[in-house]
Amino acid sequence: MLYYNLSETRKSADWIAILLYALLVLMGEVSIIGACGNVSSFTDIFSFSQFYGKQLVWIGCASAIAFAMLKIDAKIFLVFSYFIYACAVALLVVTIAVATEIKGSRSWLVLGPVSLQPAEFAKFATALALARYMSRYDFNILKLKHFSMVCFILFLPVVCILLQNETGSALVYSIFILVFYREGLPDFFLFLFCWVIFLFILILRNASVSFDSGEQLGNVLAYGAIIVAEVVMTMLKEPNKRMWRIMFLCEFVVMFLVWVFNQFEWYHINYEYALMFLIGAGALFHLGCFLLYMAKRKIHLLISGILIFSVAYSFSVNHIFTEILQPHQQMRIKVTLGIEDDPYGAGYNVNQSKIAIGSGGFFGKGFLNGTQTKLRYVPEQHTDFIFCTVCEEFGFLGALSVVLLYLALIYRILYLAEHQKTEFSRIYGYCVACIFFFHLLINIGMVIGLMPVIGIPLPFFSYGGSSLWSFTILLFIFLCLDKNNK
Amino acid sequence: MALVAFAYVIQLFLLQIVNHDKYLTVSENNSLLKKVDFPTRGNISDRNGNLIVYNRAAYDVLVTMKDVTPFDSLDFCQTINITLEQLRERFADIKDRKKNKGYSPYTPQVLITQLSVKENGMLQEKLHKFPGFELRSHTLREYSTKSGAHFLGSIGEVSQTDIDNDPYYSSGDFMGKSGIEKYYEKTLRGEKGVTIYLRDFRGRIQEHFRNGEYDVTAKAGEDLTLGIDLLLQEYGEKLMAGKRGGIVAIEPKTGEILAMISAPSFDPALLVGRERSKNYKMLVNDKEKPLLNRATSAEYSPGSTFKTLQALVCQQMGGITQSTYFPCSGKGSHPIKCTHSHGSPVSFLGAIEQSCNPYFWNTFRTTLEKDGYGAKNVTFKKTYNTWRDYVLSFGYGGKFEDSDVNEQRRGNIPTEKYFNKVFGETGWRAITIRSLAIGQGEILVTPLQLANLGAIIANHGYYITPHLARTADFGEKIYTKVDAKYFDGVVQGMWQVTDIGSCRWYKIPDIPICGKTGTTQNSHGKDHSLFMGFAPKDDPKIAIAVIVENCGFGATWAWPIASLMTEMYLKREIAPNRAYIEEKIVNAKFINDAVLQSE
Repeated sequence: MLYYNLSETRKSADWIAILLYALLVLMGEVSIIGACGNVSSFTDIFSFSQFYGKQLVWIGCASAIAFAMLKIDAKIFLVFSYFIYACAVALLVVTIAVATEIKGSRSWLVLGPVSLQPAEFAKFATALALARYMSRYDFNILKLKHFSMVCFILFLPVVCILLQNETGSALVYSIFILVFYREGLPDFFLFLFCWVIFLFILILRNASVSFDSGEQLGNVLAYGAIIVAEVVMTMLKEPNKRMWRIMFLCEFVVMFLVWVFNQFEWYHINYEYALMFLIGAGALFHLGCFLLYMAKRKIHLLISGILIFSVAYSFSVNHIFTEILQPHQQMRIKVTLGIEDDPYGAGYNVNQSKIAIGSGGFFGKGFLNGTQTKLRYVPEQHTDFIFCTVCEEFGFLGALSVVLLYLALIYRILYLAEHQKTEFSRIYGYCVACIFFFHLLINIGMVIGLMPVIGIPLPFFSYGGSSLWSFTILLFIFLCLDKNNK
Repeated sequence: MALVAFAYVIQLFLLQIVNHDKYLTVSENNSLLKKVDFPTRGNISDRNGNLIVYNRAAYDVLVTMKDVTPFDSLDFCQTINITLEQLRERFADIKDRKKNKGYSPYTPQVLITQLSVKENGMLQEKLHKFPGFELRSHTLREYSTKSGAHFLGSIGEVSQTDIDNDPYYSSGDFMGKSGIEKYYEKTLRGEKGVTIYLRDFRGRIQEHFRNGEYDVTAKAGEDLTLGIDLLLQEYGEKLMAGKRGGIVAIEPKTGEILAMISAPSFDPALLVGRERSKNYKMLVNDKEKPLLNRATSAEYSPGSTFKTLQALVCQQMGGITQSTYFPCSGKGSHPIKCTHSHGSPVSFLGAIEQSCNPYFWNTFRTTLEKDGYGAKNVTFKKTYNTWRDYVLSFGYGGKFEDSDVNEQRRGNIPTEKYFNKVFGETGWRAITIRSLAIGQGEILVTPLQLANLGAIIANHGYYITPHLARTADFGEKIYTKVDAKYFDGVVQGMWQVTDIGSCRWYKIPDIPICGKTGTTQNSHGKDHSLFMGFAPKDDPKIAIAVIVENCGFGATWAWPIASLMTEMYLKREIAPNRAYIEEKIVNAKFINDAVLQSE
């Protein structure tokens, strides 16, 4: 009977996820062989001087870690989550102090023959801490205290990683907004998040275009977009439907008059000033409404606030871009937005990567026949740009398979997360899915030329022990939690 | 999330399916290094199997900039005979990506081309002192003779236009630029082979692409045999040294050109190798124009040699017969004086033998006026056009279009249109164009056309397109519009010229030659001296035309040259008792000795 009871309390691990994981890791190894091996020199997969040989060692270790994770009692993760988090942050701090600079970043901790990148391990630690905190019985993300605490948990590793000059890894933490959204963060913040990115791109993309009279097209478009947003918000949230119509009419008439004045050259009115005047007037108007309704319609205060915030933000976009971002980051963004074309400088990687992908065609050039990658025209082909090896050697079919496999894995994690009994497991599951999603979004986006170059690895594919192990731990902690669900 | 995945798949689709070809081309340009294997060019030999043009090894110095370390540049320059400035200039040119599109510091670049065997040997010994430098062999043209430069032609580096016209060529290739080398370029050059290598991002060669699956083996060029008799060719150039003019000898039965001499001449080796452009400039600027192939591209009045053609055409048109007599008043003749003294009236044979101007003026007039002038000169003009068509059928007034002689001029037989323009529609009559009767005036021929006339008369009415190479493309008999029966009299007359006429002095005792001399006035000084003929009379083996500019009578210069050439061709030597003729000719210099010979 004892035996029976034991087996009942132990649910088997989720084999679908493990299978997807194993497939991706194996395909990763094949791609690394493809990226580094030559037909002639590729003789022994176990030649440990080569990347694929070493990766095989990392994979072996990762399997051991995965197996160990499944054996550990799930409660340990809950109990030790803060402790793990603290250790990770401490490790990050130590790294800043100790690490020597490699390729411009100070993120590597060298322990004898082994180099570790603690930033990779901070991901699951942070995810654990977040899950632990957010699973408190009285947690409400809208409470200022809780929200600040959550932000603080994120803040510590992000700052450390930024100090290590690993902007890419730091950006990963921004994706937790999706987790918060799942856990009750209102739509508003998600919209705000998108709105900020939208304005950023809109202004930068058109910053180089100017009217004859000196206005920047980027600013004019951004101010126009702010006014449109104001009208739309009023239309959706204000019960009195006449208000937005009148507003719209007034603003339209003003802008039409400005246009007429300028067109017939009676008097030149700067479009930027005219739009800013309208926004200012709008802000005052909504503030007035808020006061008039005796603070019953809080929405007007919000609209007013958004208007002022948006204008201030628009003012500072160029400043943020030129002063806070580093020159190579500026160039990468410019190249992605198509503002500048620099196929031999900042755009070299992406250009060569696109050539590699495009030349692969539908079926690809065949295993070990990828000339672009094998002959090292694409830099970082075995790490960040590993996906283009897949595209070149296995073509559209191979690339599509990889994308679908990842999609399947993420959906499987989300599916499992939704079926967790404890909030801790569910939130952790969402964190895992979001981290994977962000890496795919940025890494594949970068390789195919839709995203700026941000150096983060492709989970399970990119060469490197730290990244493979951290993703393995990240996934298998969740699978362990899931196993103990029932 | 699904949206993002969808967008990414769309982008992948655009890159990999829609724009696949574009990216594939770029990736191949990136990584495939096509190394060309140059085939050896075909050799050229004469009708007796003597090699005229063949290949010798030449060496290029290649340099891989990345591997170059500071070296003794003075020693380097002295070894291969260049100046320090030239070396610096070459280094600058190599690194200039505008001039040298394929530059990479990791691959060998051509620094100096065409080292001599000696220079190569010297440098080879010292090569260990110059890291980064290497030697590569290729072939250059070598000549067994200093003759034949004009028809052999030369090879040179391809121009951008050549590359645009034929994608076979790429920058730095060599191709035939003139003469035989140009006409038979496709036969001689063979086919280039290619070996494809993979090249990494630094331009370093990594391995053989797909184990040579796509490589092409080079195909050597085919050898070419010419109808030229090298002995005759060299002898002709020896005779023509110090003179301006041309000789063409044709084998009448086959149309093969036995010799084609243009004087002044030059050594074909001058246009090979590193000195090519320097020498070319020198030849171009020479006032005697040695580059002009006078045998095919200089046009001369045929003078009295034209009387043979006149006699043939006018018989065919019914103007005269072989028993026609005309009176001659010697120097008092009108409208054309006779330049010789002989009895009157003069017979058909006598007129050819004595080159009687009044006889041929009368022949010409009678023929053109045989149907009268008609209303508005129409009948006369029709007769003139008929006459002209007959003359054209002898290959006069046009190029031999299907011949492999590359540089030809048309010559000229004036058209009705031309005379209408000069004299008005009704303003010209036989008397107006009387110069044509004796081969003067507007008529122009090239030595090649003149020699071909000899071949036609030898063949009694047909010729085979004169050509240089012995290939299957030639052999069709082209008949003139004059019937064979009219040729006997002319042949007889031409034989009399050398037997008892003006040419009797230099005749070869046992070879009956038929010929006709010509002496033409011109605006450049003394008369041009012409001879056209063939030998032996009854079984013609050689037809020959000789033109020597500004030297005097045809019988004094052109004829003895033709006589010697004929003897040399038929007997392979000059009889000792005729050596004085050879001596006289060789020693005669009519121009400053501008003949260019390489040391």
